[in-house]
Amino acid sequence: MPDTGQAVNGTIEKRAREDKFQGHDYYAIDELLEDDHLIARDAVRTWVKQEVSPIIEEYAERAECPKHLYKGLAEIGAFGPNIPAEYGGGGMDEIAYGLIMQELERGDSGIRSMASVQGSLVMYPIWKYASEEQKRKYLPKLGNGDFIGCFGLTEPDHGSNPGGMVTNIKDDGDAYILNGAKMWITNSPVADIAVVWAKDEEGKIRGMVVEKDMPGFSAPEIHGKWSLRASITGELVFEDVRVPKANVFPEIRGLRGPLSCLSKARFGIAWGAIGAAMDCYDSALRYSLEREQFGRPIGGFQLTQKKLAEMITEITKAQLLAWRLGTLANKGKATPAQISMAKRNNVHMALEVAREARQIHGGMGITSEYPVMRHMMNLETVLTYEGTHDIHLLITGHDVTGLNAFQ
Amino acid sequence: MKLLVCVSKTPETTAKIAFTDGDTQFDATGVQFIMNPYDEWYALVRALELKEAQGGSVTVINVGPASNDTIIRKALAIGADEAVRVDAEPSSSMFVAQQIAAYAKKEGFDAVFLGKETIDYNGSEVGAMVAELMEAPFVSYASHMEMDGDTATITRDIEGGSETVEVKAPFVLSAAKGLAEQRIANMRGIMMAKRKPLKVEAPVEADDLAVAVHYELPPKKGDVKLIDPEDMDELVRLLHEEAKAI
Repeated sequence: MPDTGQAVNGTIEKRAREDKFQGHDYYAIDELLEDDHLIARDAVRTWVKQEVSPIIEEYAERAECPKHLYKGLAEIGAFGPNIPAEYGGGGMDEIAYGLIMQELERGDSGIRSMASVQGSLVMYPIWKYASEEQKRKYLPKLGNGDFIGCFGLTEPDHGSNPGGMVTNIKDDGDAYILNGAKMWITNSPVADIAVVWAKDEEGKIRGMVVEKDMPGFSAPEIHGKWSLRASITGELVFEDVRVPKANVFPEIRGLRGPLSCLSKARFGIAWGAIGAAMDCYDSALRYSLEREQFGRPIGGFQLTQKKLAEMITEITKAQLLAWRLGTLANKGKATPAQISMAKRNNVHMALEVAREARQIHGGMGITSEYPVMRHMMNLETVLTYEGTHDIHLLITGHDVTGLNAFQ
Repeated sequence: MKLLVCVSKTPETTAKIAFTDGDTQFDATGVQFIMNPYDEWYALVRALELKEAQGGSVTVINVGPASNDTIIRKALAIGADEAVRVDAEPSSSMFVAQQIAAYAKKEGFDAVFLGKETIDYNGSEVGAMVAELMEAPFVSYASHMEMDGDTATITRDIEGGSETVEVKAPFVLSAAKGLAEQRIANMRGIMMAKRKPLKVEAPVEADDLAVAVHYELPPKKGDVKLIDPEDMDELVRLLHEEAKAI
């Protein structure tokens, strides 16, 4: 297993340049938030300014994962903040979770992905579906960062159609024999455990916890990504892996299990994308007031103002969508289709904001002096992972017409 | 040790500053507020370190309206045990100092910590006033402090160097950079803070001995003057007569 957290060309030191980011709240949405939301957002923003901003450009350039941040994410409580405290989570509500994801993605989508996967795709299914014994065994260690987890659903030939998966388990006494392969798995090369979804002999999808030391299990890294370069991605390969029956989630059957996890993660992405968009807007706004052409700041020209005005309008709309979705989620009333709409809208919004911000920065916008190109490249992934932009559209289409356009 | 830490609410450092009512009132419209960094990063954290090393408790106090509860909860999330808010507008340094001193005397604290100044009005007054009202020693600009029994050894910044002093509890300390390192609240701390007591006290009778009558913003920076590199005399003249730098 490659040790990608180590710098290839020497250690990466913190940059001295200050991260001047300020939040943007055009519609005074802060007034809709509670004290603990504001304190949580402020804490994560401070942490990102101290720990992420000074190193992220260089890790992204080198395509290395800043593995030391896993422990830092655990210390601030970014792993499973909405999982009950007795199981190692933070016991916070969904809006707090969303704001934490927003601030992490303001730093980098890859860092947010590290936390999203650990919380929504690993801790959540174990909390929701595992036996009490498994919960006690895994959740506290996942919450404090002793264990890193990953989530295996997507396969090389089954992305938007997870139900077609070929990874399978066969009954073998006190264990199941697991065979198959998973693809595009965030955290997999560094993960201690994987939550894996596979079909049983009746063709029903089952979930289970696979530990990295189980014979026949490997997790090779995927190289050559031009996006989420500071996040580590890999495969999961299972060759006759004996998974004890105690590790298999006892009750849950079918796609409902993994899709419920994806709903949690997509909810976080709907918030996270706002963070990336705000960072691009913030940088573009500041640059437009500093950069002079034709004898005055470019922010004074109509075409620049059009870009900035549209950016803040779209960011504000996305914030309201996320806030309302969070309010519904806190009541347990956010539907998967509502989450799809927010994920799709907000990620696309963020990508458009990144592209416009890149133009405002001119040539500087393509360099690592500014965060926008990195965010833009990251958002290309975010646009299609956790349900593609098109699939989420069809989920909305299905929801409003009652007609399924997938098949 | 039973420690009291004063936390003040200040505008966020990048806030646009403006005044209303004929330049007699600060205009808080649209301004984001934070806990005064000298209170948060240095005074509060050093108090928490002492409690963790030697036992005791840390209480935070703020004089202000209910909208200040966000920063008080943040202090609890970072680790303070309990909080008290004196429910009154902090109209002057003396008014605030009288509230803090009254509470400190009533509850009997071993020490009162606060930042060396607030980053808005830069008064550096409240600490000295509290000490005087408590009839306790005051050590300002502390950049290092250790406790041994009831004796504190405190290093304070002075012009061009430092001075180390000893005081016996109870005392009042104003904290400067170096006294401690900023701590970030974690999510568990934020949730625990929701269950920690935040008492609201009525203010004691107190007077504003000094009243702000007028505020003024610094003059806007003028345009940069470009001087011909050959014209050293003009550069020297401007530095001397206009910039008054030489």
